[in-house]
Amino acid sequence: MKNLPPIYVAGVAETPLGEVRDDNELSMLARATQEALAEAGMRIRDIDGVFVNYMGDEGSVQVAEYLGIVPRYSDTTDLGGAAFEAHVHHAIAAIAAGFCEVALIGYASRQRSRRGRSVSGGSTGASGTPIMHHFERPYGLPTPIGHYALVAARHMHEYGSTRAQLAEIAVAARMWAQRNPKAWVRDPLTVEEVLASRPIAEPLHRLDCCLVTDGGGAAIVTTAARARDAAKRAVRVIGAAESHTQWHISQMPPLTKLPGTRSGPEAFAMAGILPTDVDVFEPYDAFTIGPLLALEDLGFAPRGEGGSFAASGALRPGGRLPSMTSGGGLSYNHPGAFGLMLLIEAVRQVRGEAGERQVPDAKIAVAHGIGGLFSTAATVVLSHD
Amino acid sequence: MTEPAMRTDDPFAWPFWEGAIAGRLLVQRCGACGSHQFYPRPFCLACEALDPVWVEVCGRGEVWSITTVHVPVFPTLTPPYQVALVTLEEGPRLLAGIEGPPCRIGDAVQVGWRERPDAPPLPVFHRTEM
Repeated sequence: MKNLPPIYVAGVAETPLGEVRDDNELSMLARATQEALAEAGMRIRDIDGVFVNYMGDEGSVQVAEYLGIVPRYSDTTDLGGAAFEAHVHHAIAAIAAGFCEVALIGYASRQRSRRGRSVSGGSTGASGTPIMHHFERPYGLPTPIGHYALVAARHMHEYGSTRAQLAEIAVAARMWAQRNPKAWVRDPLTVEEVLASRPIAEPLHRLDCCLVTDGGGAAIVTTAARARDAAKRAVRVIGAAESHTQWHISQMPPLTKLPGTRSGPEAFAMAGILPTDVDVFEPYDAFTIGPLLALEDLGFAPRGEGGSFAASGALRPGGRLPSMTSGGGLSYNHPGAFGLMLLIEAVRQVRGEAGERQVPDAKIAVAHGIGGLFSTAATVVLSHD
Repeated sequence: MTEPAMRTDDPFAWPFWEGAIAGRLLVQRCGACGSHQFYPRPFCLACEALDPVWVEVCGRGEVWSITTVHVPVFPTLTPPYQVALVTLEEGPRLLAGIEGPPCRIGDAVQVGWRERPDAPPLPVFHRTEM
């Protein structure tokens, strides 16, 4: 990173996962924060920057009060599921500028226990804009899967991608989940089973869709000096970038290129790496079409060939580009926003502590979040140092 | 979740719905550069000139992408049904329902109107017969 001091992720932890009955969101986040701080060799009172999304109104204020801290820096940038990669991007700048030194990035949700998901979009967020209310919502496009379906259908039309190629992405995620004891579903899965699952919004079927679970996590981002005391090896952030395009699907210009076409190459340029340098890839897999496009947007596969790249088995354990190594949102955990968990898994892979699912000699890992209605993207490149 | 009642708090949307009541599909056209846009804004996205005006479009377009929905979203819509992105001949793209025979990407479509009990008619598209 030119002109920037080295920045590290010094600790990561998941909140309780799955179906959480004995915690609320803030207590979940507090537990994850303490675990991540223990890895970093710090205490709660060391945190002076709070970066959160989806923690309620004035989320950073609620989280800081709950933790009993008075931060010098606060950021609740809402890039949906990509917010957490964007928070790393922002934390780099804030730490480099001296605005804070120890940044907490955090998230927790009990959307499974609360039965908080609805395809009609509810009364807030996506459906809440007047433009959607007038011009989009009356047509009954389920949110967000309908938007992802329109993108998938167009990609198939333009490039000949197939449902079997999309299904392979779910299968690869499941193979990784079978190696992760914390994964929510670990039964074997075949392409045929994905294809035969019931249609939701064509071309996407039930098993093209992520889980609905409780979960979340915490990550501590800090300076080289502060990371030196970490109990576990800190992982260096060597690249980060973000972008967003549209909120309303009618405004999405090419449909088959996402804002990752900007955040990916910018993060790689900052890191001074090429796609071929990446050992582990953690793309956001809310729906199978997400990783397919991420492969193209970030240059792992030529435009239009993300499907055949995936179908070659490249994303599986032992593949050419091990991806979704936690089992992903498709099989491990998806608490509404999965971006922080991409980072956590990327850190563990680079540290070499991912157990049965460890990618051998993983030196460079990329966490690539997307969010909203294929609206946002943020990419973080982590290095062994 | 029931279908939301029409909200009346957006003055920018009203010319569109007045057009719909009259059976006319309207978008904005820039007086300076002539480009069409939808949804409505107080400036032209292409050249940034102010105050584009509402004009009627021919109502023909092409299915840019499409999905068939198999899950219930509103009680008034019974699955399966199709929702498409339609690119109008004049350029703007809009999300819309499809009625009549199922459509595919690339199909030529023509606007029609779906009556609603508590709101102005909704533009929907059907395949243009060859």
